[in-house]
Amino acid sequence: MKPKHQRLVLGLLALGAVAGAAGLALSALQDQAAFFYAPGDVAGKPLPLGKAVRLGGMVEAGSLVHKPDGISMAFVVTDGKAKVPVAFRGVAPDLFKEGSGVVAEGKFNRDGSFTADNLLAKHDERYMPPQVAGKMHKTETLDK
Amino acid sequence: MIAEAGLAALWLAAAFALVQLVLAWGAARAGTSARSEHDERQSFSSEEEKNGASTSSARTTSGGAAPMTALRRIALVQGLLALLSFVLLIALFVRSDMSVVLVAENSHSLKPMIYKVAGAWGNHEGSMLLWVTVLAAAGAGVAMFERRLAVGTLAATLGAQAAIGLGFYAFLAFASNPFVRLDPAAPDGRGLNPLLQDPGLAFHPPTLYLGYVGLSVAFSFAVGALLMRDVGPAFAKAMRPWVLAAWIFLTIGITAGSYWAYYELGWGGWWFWDPVENASLMPWLAATALLHSVTVLATRDGLRAWTLMLALVAFAMSMIGTFLVRSGILVSVHAFAVDPTRGTFILALLGIYIGGALALFGARVGTITQGSTFQLVSREGALVLNNLLLSVILGVVFIGTLYPLAAQAAGVQLSIGAPFFNKALVPVALALAVATAAGPLLRWRRDNMNALAKRALVPAAAAGGAFAVIFALVGGAHFVSVLAIALAVGLGVASVVPVVRRNLRRTPLHVWGMVIAHLGVAVSIAGMAADSAFKTERLAAISVGQNVTVGPFRVTLADVHPAIGPNWSALEARLQVRRGDGEMFELFPQQRFFSTPPTNTNEAAITTLLDGQLYTVLGQGDAQGRWQIRLWWKPFVTLIWLGGGLIALGGLLALIGRVRRERRADAEAEE
Repeated sequence: MKPKHQRLVLGLLALGAVAGAAGLALSALQDQAAFFYAPGDVAGKPLPLGKAVRLGGMVEAGSLVHKPDGISMAFVVTDGKAKVPVAFRGVAPDLFKEGSGVVAEGKFNRDGSFTADNLLAKHDERYMPPQVAGKMHKTETLDK
Repeated sequence: MIAEAGLAALWLAAAFALVQLVLAWGAARAGTSARSEHDERQSFSSEEEKNGASTSSARTTSGGAAPMTALRRIALVQGLLALLSFVLLIALFVRSDMSVVLVAENSHSLKPMIYKVAGAWGNHEGSMLLWVTVLAAAGAGVAMFERRLAVGTLAATLGAQAAIGLGFYAFLAFASNPFVRLDPAAPDGRGLNPLLQDPGLAFHPPTLYLGYVGLSVAFSFAVGALLMRDVGPAFAKAMRPWVLAAWIFLTIGITAGSYWAYYELGWGGWWFWDPVENASLMPWLAATALLHSVTVLATRDGLRAWTLMLALVAFAMSMIGTFLVRSGILVSVHAFAVDPTRGTFILALLGIYIGGALALFGARVGTITQGSTFQLVSREGALVLNNLLLSVILGVVFIGTLYPLAAQAAGVQLSIGAPFFNKALVPVALALAVATAAGPLLRWRRDNMNALAKRALVPAAAAGGAFAVIFALVGGAHFVSVLAIALAVGLGVASVVPVVRRNLRRTPLHVWGMVIAHLGVAVSIAGMAADSAFKTERLAAISVGQNVTVGPFRVTLADVHPAIGPNWSALEARLQVRRGDGEMFELFPQQRFFSTPPTNTNEAAITTLLDGQLYTVLGQGDAQGRWQIRLWWKPFVTLIWLGGGLIALGGLLALIGRVRRERRADAEAEE
């Protein structure tokens, strides 16, 4: 192989690698990116079924119920416009409580409820997840 | 006075950086004219290198004209001043000087001493000062110890290092001054985030930064080489130890960070694909590729432009990581405070340095002549494959990390986590494992497939055997993990082939380094696959006296009692664990309550056995007197970090081997 050709081949390989990376990433993005929803975003619209998504909002006061098995719970997430019932089995974060912001990771069910497999709570003011911060801000202005 | 002295030292260091930049400019120009009679042949051809031409360039360097000596000293003083500034900041934290804003906001007088010291970098300003200190120290290290590089290139390198330093000194002084006074002084501090109050804080950030910022040396070398048109084996040999050193620290820092997150966060995971973790992984991927391509450049004078590009990309990734973590656009335990001006500032620095370097690369790449060529089936070919696969992984991680930010800017909120990365990366990573196994079995320059097949027979048989055995045991449920374990076995066997039937005592140290690092990759992959396929989790709410089982263990909740530490109180569970009929042992997971700042944390209790770890977390109690207990049995999970340690150890052996070999070569040339 002539030197010039080798350089060309290597350059093409590098371009191929970049294209491959982009292709891989885009195909994975299609079905693996978890979109963020507030209850108001899904009210009256088709639900994003079968995909891992995040649901963010406020834990409605008085809605939190601990199940008898000691590890399951149910609560309602609201953003002031709509409500979504959420079921969760696991250890809730320490700062998870009624009237506080929460981001639930999981899937929507056909009946419009949400099954969470992880909860992110609003931490103290220095470590607030941006999703919670953004959405809660919106909610507050809506309430007023 | 200490705070003022610290700030003064910082400004002085910045002034020295400016002088360094100006002097380097002059010395580099002088270097160019001195080199012109020396001729480009020397650095642009490979064959003459072998005949000792490289040592002649070494001697020109150590001869060093007066401006070079001055330049070296100035770089040293700059490094010392930055270090002094950093030491003074630590002194403020140790003395709990609450008249300094940073101390008052991030420390507390009752904190244990180790967290007072480490707390100095457990915040935005302090960690940026550590960043700049490492940058200046790396420049000083190059100035003191680099004797092989041509004079002009060394001068240009030190100039580039000073130019990076200036930007970040400005960032500290104008946007992140750690020495701001608080008047009146606070009665006491607000304390350190309890998640950071762990011995990990003392080791993880400094090692990570040594690696992260140490890559600035590779960047500056590349800039120097581009400016002086000095790309060749001598340059690669000079750059290699610096890249290796930074890469070793980066490997240790990532491994330690992974273990820290694993035991501190209480989620049982060892990697979360958090953007901040990715920020440290991206420079590592680029540096790993660089490490392999620089070897091609040093040994065979190939991949010239590609190696320079990687050197620029590696540190660019470090700076992008710094931007992600320090700008406040991500919020995590790593991103200490949100301040948009800082983000803009770092973004501007990024644009200047990365944009400038890429522009320089674009302008000069045409003048870099083609190096030696090689057959595709050869060691070089395998290293090219390694580089391509690492680049693909880097590209995917890059897109996965930045896409959510781009989407957010477009008004769409989404997050990208493990499912994305697993889907996109696992096949590439497994292909890379195969390439890693094959590479060392190939000869330089040219080889043939039949010979490779012969040498690969034993490793391939080992992989096939392992696959058959494990598949027979567990079935097809975890096909990918079983395949990964089998490939890891094959890679493990293949990686020791280069030292089989060799005189072990005469095998060069850098070969041992490669063998051990590749073995570490195999060990790590095996651990990851075993954890993902065979871990079992159990979540239950039980009363005192009841028990649950997880994997082969029966865990009894013996009692829950209060416990107290230096700055926290806790509820502690006593878990009695029995494996089959084996001896009983106890574990004590805690829920800790910190008062400054008021925070709860989970302290997992972990026991390490030969075949894995039992991981226990105490959750909340309920009105019926039950406690949530979360248990994981994670077979062979420890291999992940053992492998990381082996990779770093391999790097260290290679570094020692390379440096000693070159010392010896230099000594022989002197005679």
